[in-house]
Amino acid sequence: MERLALFTATLCYLFGFAHTLFALGAGKFRPGRFNLAAVALGAVAQGWWLSMRGAAEHSCPIANLPEILIFLSWSIALLYLVVGPAYRLSLMGAFTAPLLLILQIAALLLPDERRPACFRANPWVETHAALSLIAYGAFGLACIAGLMFLVQEGQLKSRRPAEIFHHLPPISALADAIRRLAGIGFLLLTLSFVAGFLAHLGVAGGKFWASLLIWLLYGAILAGAWSGRLAGRRFASAVAATFLLALILLPLIQQLSTKH
Amino acid sequence: MNILCAGLNHRTAHVDVRERFAVRESEMAGMLGRLRAIEGVSGAVVLSTCNRVELYASSLCPLRALDGFRALLAEKGGLSAPEAPLYHHATPQAVRHLFRVASGLDSMVIGETEILGQVKKAYSVAADNGAATRPLHRLFQHAFRVAKSVRTETQITSGPTSVGSVAVELAEKIFGTLSDRRVMILGAGEVSERTARSLQSRGVRSVIVSNRTYERAATLAAEIGGMALHFDHWEKSFADVDILITSTNAPHAILTPEKLEPLMRLRRGAPLFVIDLAVPRDADPAINGMEGIFLYDIDSLEQIAARSLDVRRQEVVRCESLIEEHVGGFLSWLRAIHSPEGYPAR
Repeated sequence: MERLALFTATLCYLFGFAHTLFALGAGKFRPGRFNLAAVALGAVAQGWWLSMRGAAEHSCPIANLPEILIFLSWSIALLYLVVGPAYRLSLMGAFTAPLLLILQIAALLLPDERRPACFRANPWVETHAALSLIAYGAFGLACIAGLMFLVQEGQLKSRRPAEIFHHLPPISALADAIRRLAGIGFLLLTLSFVAGFLAHLGVAGGKFWASLLIWLLYGAILAGAWSGRLAGRRFASAVAATFLLALILLPLIQQLSTKH
Repeated sequence: MNILCAGLNHRTAHVDVRERFAVRESEMAGMLGRLRAIEGVSGAVVLSTCNRVELYASSLCPLRALDGFRALLAEKGGLSAPEAPLYHHATPQAVRHLFRVASGLDSMVIGETEILGQVKKAYSVAADNGAATRPLHRLFQHAFRVAKSVRTETQITSGPTSVGSVAVELAEKIFGTLSDRRVMILGAGEVSERTARSLQSRGVRSVIVSNRTYERAATLAAEIGGMALHFDHWEKSFADVDILITSTNAPHAILTPEKLEPLMRLRRGAPLFVIDLAVPRDADPAINGMEGIFLYDIDSLEQIAARSLDVRRQEVVRCESLIEEHVGGFLSWLRAIHSPEGYPAR
C-alpha cells in the first residue's frame, strides 16, 4: 500500500511536468488547472504515505533519507498550493513538478532503512526536524520562483521574447514571491533551531555547522534584499543557488545526523 | 430562405468614403425600418463601425433585396448605385462573411476582438427594434459561438500588434499592475505620446513630460493630464520613475551606463523600463546589460508586434477551417427549417 501511494504521487508529478512540456512545445499552453490538480493529487498521495508511515512508526516520518525527501517534497507541494494561486504564478506548477519528481524518484530509489530508536523519544526533536523540512520546502519554492525570475528576466533582456514569456508572471510578482517564501523559510528554520536547542541537540559537528551556514546565507540574502543592495537577478540567483547548495548538503547532513 | 449581406469596408473604401456611409446610433431604427420595407426582406441587422458598414438580411427574393440594399446604401453615401464601392454576398458566402467578421478575420488588425462587441451591439439593436427574424437570431447567435471558438481554439488573438500595446504588455510583465507606476516622457513626440496614452489606459499613476522646449512639454502634459518638467531637471525625478519613454532629437545617446549607474543606485533595485523611440537612439544599448534596466528601442518593439501579426496570419488557415465547419452546421439548420418536417426544436 505504501509503495502504491508513492507510485501514485510520482505519476502525478510526472503527468504535471509532461503535460506542461508538451503544451509549451506545441505552443498551446494555457495557464490552467492541470498543474494545480497534478500537484494537489501528488500531495494527497504523499500525505497518505506519510500518515501510513507515521501510524506504523508512532512518530513523524522523517527519520531516514527517503522519508525526509518525501516530507520535503510534500512540504513544497503544499506551499505551492497555497502560494501558486495566491500570486497567480500560473506556470509555477510546471517548474515545481520536476523538482518534486526528482525528490520523489530519489526517495523511491534510496534504501528505506529503519529509523534509529532514539528518534521516537523526544517531541522537540521531531518539531525541530519537521520545521527544518518545511523551511526547506519554502526555500525550495523560493528557488523555483527564482529560476522563473531568471527565465523571465532573460526573456525581457533578450528583446525577442518566446512563447513562455506570455505565460510567466511579471518579474515584480516573482521577486515578491521569492522574498516572502525565503522570509517564511528563514523564520521556520530559526524556529527549528530554537526547537533543536530545547531538544538539547548538540551545537557542534558537521550537521550543526552546515545548517548554520545555510541559515546565515539566507539571513544575509534577506538583509541584502531588505537594504536594497541585493535585487533583481542577483537576488534571485542567490536564493536559487543557496537552495541548490542546501540540496547538495542535505544527504550529507543526514549522514552526519545518523552518527550524531 | 436566404441570408444576404451588402456593404463596404476598409479594404474596399477609404475612410473618407466610409464615413459618408456610416450609420449613427440615432439613425439606426430608421435605417432598419427602411431595410425591412424593401420588397422581399423579412429581417435586417445593420453593422456600422469605423472600418465597415454592412447590412445583413433574411430574404426570400435575394435579387430584389440586394438591389434595394444597393440603392439604399448609395443614397446614404450620396452616390449613384454603380459608383458606390459595395460588395454583396448571398447564402452561403454571407454566412461565412459574418462568421469571419465576428471572429476578427476580416478586421484591419487580424484577430482584434473589439469587432465582436460591435457585432453583438448591432444584433441587439436589431432585436430591440423587432428587426431580427428567426434565421437572423440563429445566424448571429451562431456567429458569437464561432468567434468564441476561434478565439479559444486558435492563437488568432495572440500577442500585441502595435508599438503601444507591445509597450503595455512588456510593462505589465515587468511591474504587474501599472496602477502605481510613474511614466516619464523625454522629448514630446507623437509616438511617445501614443505610447504614454496606451500606458495611461492601463492605469499608470502619473506622467511627467520633459522637453527641450518647455512650452511643448506643457502642452502635451495638459493634453494627457500629466506634469511638465524642465529638461534640465529630468534627472532629479529619475528615482521615482518606473517607465521612461524617450524620443528626443539629440544627436548622441543621452542615457549611458555612466549617467545611469549613480541614478540606478538611488532606486534601491527597483526595475526601470526604458522605451527608446528616438532615431538616432537616445539610449546606449549597453544600458540593457545593467541590473534592473530593460531597454527596448523602436525596432525591437515593432519586431515583437510584427511577430504577433505573423503568428495570427499563420492561424488564419485553422480559423477558416473552424468557420467552414460552423457554416456547414448553420446551413443544415437553415435547410431543415424549410423542409416539410421543419427543424426539431432545441
